[in-house]
Parts: sequence; C-alpha cells; structure tokens
Amino acid sequence: MIVRLMGEGQFEIDDEVAKGLNELDEQAAQAVEEGDEERLSGLLRQMAEAVRTNGTRVPDDDLSASEGIVPPDDLSLDEARQLFDGEGLIPDLPTRD
Amino acid sequence: MAGLMSRASMVVKAKFSKLLDRAEDPAETLDYSYERQLELLQNVKRGIADVVTAKKRLELQETQLQQSIVKLDGQARQALAANREDLARQALERKSGLQQQLQGLDQQADQLAQQQEKLVASEKALSAKVEAFRTQKETIKAQYSAAEAQVKIGEAATGIGEQMADTGLAIQRAKDKTEQMQARASAIDELTTSGALEDFTSDQTDLDRQLGALASQSQVDDELAKMKAEVGSGEKQKELEK
Repeated sequence: MIVRLMGEGQFEIDDEVAKGLNELDEQAAQAVEEGDEERLSGLLRQMAEAVRTNGTRVPDDDLSASEGIVPPDDLSLDEARQLFDGEGLIPDLPTRD
Repeated sequence: MAGLMSRASMVVKAKFSKLLDRAEDPAETLDYSYERQLELLQNVKRGIADVVTAKKRLELQETQLQQSIVKLDGQARQALAANREDLARQALERKSGLQQQLQGLDQQADQLAQQQEKLVASEKALSAKVEAFRTQKETIKAQYSAAEAQVKIGEAATGIGEQMADTGLAIQRAKDKTEQMQARASAIDELTTSGALEDFTSDQTDLDRQLGALASQSQVDDELAKMKAEVGSGEKQKELEK
C-alpha cells in the first residue's frame, strides 16, 4: 500500500511493513492520550524510518492517494491534539474568495 | 482512539473536499482545483524566498556577533597588558554572553536550512503532480460524460489534494519557524541598541573608554620617557662639548 510521510513524500510498502507501522501508530495514539511527547516523537521517528528504509518512493508525478498519512516526526503534543480535535493542524487550502 | 495515520488522512480529505465543494460541474471542479494548485505553487515559491531572506538576516547578525567577539577578545588582552584584570574580566564575560547568543543563532540557522530543504522538495513534488493533473484534467474533460468524469475526478483529485495539504503544512511550519527567528533577531537588535545587553557594537562602550584612557595614559608615559631621554642625551652632549 502507499503511505505518505508528511513533508517528505509517498512510499509504497508491503503488508509486513504496513502491519508494523499500524502497531507503532496505535502506540503513538496512546502516547498522545497519555500526554507523553517524548514517546510520541520516538514513535513517529520509528514510523518514518520504517517507511523510508523498507519502502519504495512513489514518483512525484503519480496521482495516487495514500492509504495512510504519517505526520511529521517533529509533531508536538499540541499539534497532535489539534489533529484529533476537528480539522486543526493542516491549514486550509487556498480558495477563491 | 483511531491512529494518527488515519486521522491525518481524514483531515486531509476533508480539507480538499471542502475546496471541491465550491465548484458546480465536473469541468469547473477540475479547472477550479487546478487554479488553486497553481496558487499554492506560488505560495510555496514565496515561502522559499522568505526563508532565504530570513537566513540572510541571520547570517548578517552572526557576522556582527562574531566581530564583536573578536573585538572583546582584543580588548581583554589589551586590558591584561595594562594590568587591569578587572576590565579584562568584564570583556571576557561579555564575550561569553555573545558566544551563547551566537550558538542560539547557529541552531536557528540549521532549522531554517531544514525548512528550506523541505519546501524545495515539496515544491518539486507539487509541481510534478500539478503537471500530471493538468494532463489528466484535459483527458477527463474530453473523453468522459459528466457522471463518469465525477468518478475520475475523485481519483485524480484525492492524490493531488493530499500533496496540497502536505505542501500547505510545510509552508505553515516554515512560516512559524521564520517568524520565531525574526522575533529573536529583533530582540537581539533591540537589546544591543538599547544597551541592555551592553552596547558592544557601538564604538564607545564603557570598556572602550576605560581602555582608551589607559592607552592614552601609557602613550603619554611613553612619550614622556622618550622626551626625557632626548633631553637627557642633549644635556650630556652639551656637557661633552664643554
């Protein structure tokens, strides 16, 4: 499946890697819940690293959507909470008004 | 609680569908989306230019701090040579304070360089995807009925929407970092001009004045000694002539 590392690009990963990634993701969500920023950063770094080393880069001109998006590894606890509360963190796209 | 990955995907999709909702028919949706993509490309280019400007300001401030550090070092030596350990200590204390500021600036310069790298990569990816989208958009408009087009648009649009959100966040983060850096640079400027951090950049600090007084004192002493020697040898000459 294709996953995106925010700020870095898209990667194709196999099921095995995807499984490991999901486990780390669950732990990361738990770290947010517990308010453990250090653990969150560590897990996000591990997730990015797993994708980078085991995945294949998707070409820039490919328009496929990703099945999962890994937030930037320097995501703060505050930013992670913004991600869970409504539509924070990611800025609105430019619109014509 | 769902994971961060699916949550991020959901937010990204929501942002983009909000953008697509603004157009009425498929052809218009495609064109509208494309216009916004071009706009975002302009934004990311501006973002890169802003980071470059911020980096230049930081470099300038680093040079100023380095010059002040060299000057204070020289002053400390001057003071020691004149047996004024108190003044030498004062100069070295200021030097150490400035070195700390310099280290902070170094870290910020690194962060800005990272942001710049991310923005450049983001621009490259977005630019490639926008071009791919433009080709696909024309194909969809030419070959599909309105109902079919809607499905095709959904496929092409999600991919580009994701990149747009990613680029949008990269711009936002670079902007935050640049603003933080500018606030710090202004704070250092303000401190140095108001003299709260000791006016090390101006030519006339208290240390300068004291060292200047010392220097002119020793110059007077030297000159006096020279004159004494001259006058002395003149008198000896007269005695010899007698």
